[in-house]
Amino acid sequence: MIDRRSGPDWFAHAVLWTGILVMAFPVYLTFIASTHEPSTIANGQMPLVPGDKLLETYWQTIFVGPTRTSRMPVGAMMVNTLVMALVIAIGKICISIVSAYAVVYFRFPFRRTAFWMIFMTLMLPVEVRIYPTYNVVASLGLLDTFAGLTVPLIASATGTLLFRQFFMTIPDELLEASKIDGAGPVRFFVDTVLPLSRTNIAALFVILFIYGWNQYLWPLLITTRADMQTIVIGIKKMIVTADALTEWQIVMATAMLAMIPPVAVVLLMQRWFVKGLVETEK
Amino acid sequence: MAEVRISGVRKSFGDVAVLHGIDTTIADGEFMVLLGPSGCGKSTLLRIVAGLEQQSAGDVSIGGRVVNDVEPKDRNIAMVFQNYALYPHLSVYDNMAYGLRVRGTPRPEIERRVQEAARILELGQLLQRKPRQLSGGQRQRVAMGRAIVRDPQVFLFDEPLSNLDAKLRVQMRIEIRRLHQSIRTTSIYVTHDQVEAMTLADRLIVMNAGHAEQVGAPLEVYERPASVFVAGFIGAPAMNLLRARVAGGRAMAGAAALPLPQAAGLGEGREIDWGVRPEHVELAPGAADADAEVAVDLVEALGADTLVHARLADGGALTLRLPGTTRVREGDRLPLRLPPAALHAFDAASGRRI
Repeated sequence: MIDRRSGPDWFAHAVLWTGILVMAFPVYLTFIASTHEPSTIANGQMPLVPGDKLLETYWQTIFVGPTRTSRMPVGAMMVNTLVMALVIAIGKICISIVSAYAVVYFRFPFRRTAFWMIFMTLMLPVEVRIYPTYNVVASLGLLDTFAGLTVPLIASATGTLLFRQFFMTIPDELLEASKIDGAGPVRFFVDTVLPLSRTNIAALFVILFIYGWNQYLWPLLITTRADMQTIVIGIKKMIVTADALTEWQIVMATAMLAMIPPVAVVLLMQRWFVKGLVETEK
Repeated sequence: MAEVRISGVRKSFGDVAVLHGIDTTIADGEFMVLLGPSGCGKSTLLRIVAGLEQQSAGDVSIGGRVVNDVEPKDRNIAMVFQNYALYPHLSVYDNMAYGLRVRGTPRPEIERRVQEAARILELGQLLQRKPRQLSGGQRQRVAMGRAIVRDPQVFLFDEPLSNLDAKLRVQMRIEIRRLHQSIRTTSIYVTHDQVEAMTLADRLIVMNAGHAEQVGAPLEVYERPASVFVAGFIGAPAMNLLRARVAGGRAMAGAAALPLPQAAGLGEGREIDWGVRPEHVELAPGAADADAEVAVDLVEALGADTLVHARLADGGALTLRLPGTTRVREGDRLPLRLPPAALHAFDAASGRRI
């Protein structure tokens, strides 16, 4: 659907630019705020040009942390968050691709039941089952550990469903050809299914990494020690109720830093993402 | 090289029986075609031989070994699929090499066999391409290459040409025939296209609704169809079949008295299906020599042949295939000769040949 009218191009551009400004201005403002003295931010007259504290603020944020509250360097928080997001994304992909393979390609008793049970967990996100899940994690002594932070979030129906739908589009003849070629279930999975799923895996990784990175409620419950803090929780804890005590320039710098990894993942994986949508041949 | 023996093979999917006991033996090196309309069970039979379906009853043996419980990979067969089933992420070379790699064939041996197959199939220039960069005919050749490199005891073809356009199909048909002449591997080939069946087969099995209606060499099946179904299925345009009753040494189809074929068992009063192929009907020199007279309804001039759709006195339809030089117009009355040797008679109740 390409409309080749030479008419009011400027109108389309105007709409797009307005959209971009609305989306980008808060981000810009956050960045500006992270380069000024705390007093400049606190007096209510926010300047629109960068200040001179850029390097100083970011150095302090990454390596020292907010002096008045947690004193936890944001660099360490980012490492925590990165570990959590990667374990969640990779764990989810591994489990869901294997379970989808089982559901699609194997006949076993209660296969449909198994599938529907997986499907039903879609209706039970962490927020709904938070108390029992917390209880289990606490009884297992997993509070303040990476296992406790990630394992309860790994099992997911979304990935299983996505891979199931994709596997069902792989022609049966490919499985049969592979059987005749002498490949067993594991070889078929490794040699044929995995390479064909590459783009789906990439797309899912992007979504799940961002999902993991942005986790708020679960880490808030599970982590109490400062050195286990994730960046999203870190931002929250930097903001103290007494306005004067909040180091706004550090909060803003942390917010900027929190945005970098998801943006980087999207930018790096974009090519795969699009390929996954465009390439349909099997 | 191996003989394939199919005995008493039945198959049901739930309550639906699709094969009602098939018995046949495919000789070593023979090219056997399974021919029939869609839904007749021919693909199911092939898949049972491949081991992709499990028969409900009966035995399949390949090279003297009963393979009922043998995995497809251990049956020493190779299969060519209708949609080619090439691995989309592998190059042509890797597609052909995959089966050998899985079996742990040494690398130089794989290289040698793939190059040999590529030479036979003229795929040498394409070895590094991906399947999506190939045309339909090239993909089909790769699929055949994948079968050849394995050097199996039996080739199984499941309607391999039906996704190709008409011109390519003719070309590939000839290539398959040539390939079989050079490597002489026992082959089973499923198709619904009778031209493919006639040209490729050493022998063919005509299947209908889960039964093997007739097994025989192509010309034998053409000349002596064993049943009304085979008679109507083989040959284009289809054989003319008229319901008739034997009376006074003639076949009475309504008001028309037609000659009978030279066959025993055509007793007075027997109900038969009387048949003659359009190409075996001749024009009589004059009304005095005619066995029947028809009125022309429609003429299709094809150049080499002229197809004439005509009606007998009482309305029975008859198609004639006349030389292209014949000039006939709608509404003409034509005197016909029906040579007894070219006539067929089938029992009206059972449909079997008399």
